[in-house]
Amino acid sequence: MTTGLDADPVAAGASLLRRSGSALGGAWPPIVVGVVVLGVWQWLVKAFDVSSFVLPAPSDIWNALTDNTSRIFDAALDTGGNALVGLVLGTVLAVIGAALVARLRVVDELITPLAAAVATMPIVVMAPIFNTMFDSTSTLPRRLVVMVATFVPVFVNTARGLKQISPVHAELMSSFAASGLAVLRHVRIPGALPYFFTGIRLAASLSVISAVVAEYFGGLQTGLGPKITSAVAASNYASAWSYVVGAIALGLVFYLAALLLEALAMRSRQVSGR
Amino acid sequence: MSIDSAVGITGVDKVFSARKGDVIALTGIHLEVAKGEFVSLIGPSGCGKSTLLRVIAGLIPATSGQVTVNGKSAEQARRDQDYGFAFQQAGLLEWRSVAANVELPLVVHGVSRAKRRARARELLDLVGLADFAEHRPQELSGGMQQRVAIARALAESPTLLLMDEPFGALDEMTRERMQGELVRIAAETSAAVVFVTHSISEAVFLSQRVVVMSPRPGRIADVVPIGLGARDLDTREAPEFFAAVTQVREALRGRASVGEGIS
Repeated sequence: MTTGLDADPVAAGASLLRRSGSALGGAWPPIVVGVVVLGVWQWLVKAFDVSSFVLPAPSDIWNALTDNTSRIFDAALDTGGNALVGLVLGTVLAVIGAALVARLRVVDELITPLAAAVATMPIVVMAPIFNTMFDSTSTLPRRLVVMVATFVPVFVNTARGLKQISPVHAELMSSFAASGLAVLRHVRIPGALPYFFTGIRLAASLSVISAVVAEYFGGLQTGLGPKITSAVAASNYASAWSYVVGAIALGLVFYLAALLLEALAMRSRQVSGR
Repeated sequence: MSIDSAVGITGVDKVFSARKGDVIALTGIHLEVAKGEFVSLIGPSGCGKSTLLRVIAGLIPATSGQVTVNGKSAEQARRDQDYGFAFQQAGLLEWRSVAANVELPLVVHGVSRAKRRARARELLDLVGLADFAEHRPQELSGGMQQRVAIARALAESPTLLLMDEPFGALDEMTRERMQGELVRIAAETSAAVVFVTHSISEAVFLSQRVVVMSPRPGRIADVVPIGLGARDLDTREAPEFFAAVTQVREALRGRASVGEGIS
């Protein structure tokens, strides 16, 4: 491009360097705090000889983690699979619901208050009920809990994004004599994308949390939840903590995947006129 | 009513029904805009000038009376894209490039990709933004964004351009440059223009006729013809320009202007 708006490459490179430098600089303080916390934790446990059922030392948790890596990975895969299936189902339903709400006022008045009511309910309380209602020896009840839990943030955010259109864009499309479908396609959907991804980001973390908690309510012995409870029952506290670390890692993976998906989608949203 | 008028308005009233009773936004409007003519609507807030523009556009229906655009009903003209509309806010879609924004009406109306691109290039040339086709709207200044919006309004080669204070948010210098550009664009496209503004000098500089409106209820108080000839850099300093400005100002104050202003 040949415009004055483009900075020269050298300056652009320098600013990129500065930015990545400052990003790294921004990451330093929390890393330092984390290391210091781990160090103090290790020292406290060893110096005061704290019992492992109160708090195992980070070094013991690390040992349990390296000894059990493949078992933790398998358990995380089970839990992650349930979380992913539930998340996808919940998201699909939420998007369909939001589209109906945006298009039909009657549906809006019916569903939106209901979704608000569901949003105030801690959905994992339904885990034992789903276990009885559906086959408790399958992964179905857990996936349903995740589905209901993730439906809410995706639905609420996407519906808000789809319903909101700036008055000037509405008038503009009206001056083009554009159909409702054209407005949906060219204004509402691209405008709702950031809202949709806010919902997905919330739902991604929620999916792992609800999948693990659903596992605590009996049924199959697969997944991180049963491994944590059985390790605690066997007084193997360091092992229990190592599965907790696995759950944290799984949650992070889901959250980062959601962020990545958002970045890719926002880039492909850009419509070029070339 | 002449058959070759761009806009014909006869006996239009517009009443908005509100809970506390009806509000008369427009009453007894008669106005004819010839093909290729530049007409400004000026008046204080609440005089119904923006409402009148939207009635012409078929965006809101008149309560009574008749509106024709190129001899058709306003609604039909809107569906046929006989006019282009430019709003006070540029209203560009941030996820579309500048060129893709200009193409938007063509996309909505199913014009082929090749034709759209060619047309967008032509229009960006016309408004002097050919180098910015691939930029994002938010990278452009307010004046540049408004030029994109004007290019977009011209996409369907309308015979009528409806503009609602398109330069209202711009600084004085940008505004004067944009006015010069608009005079040129209107001449090149030979489109009729109905231009809503708060600014007396803007109305005088741009228009062949200035329609002075007054509020409560919104009505046409006076129509001032402006005989300035071709506009150039000296226009704003000519004594005739100041005379016309004075004439419009007095019409706005409600004084009878000196003879020739009354239609």
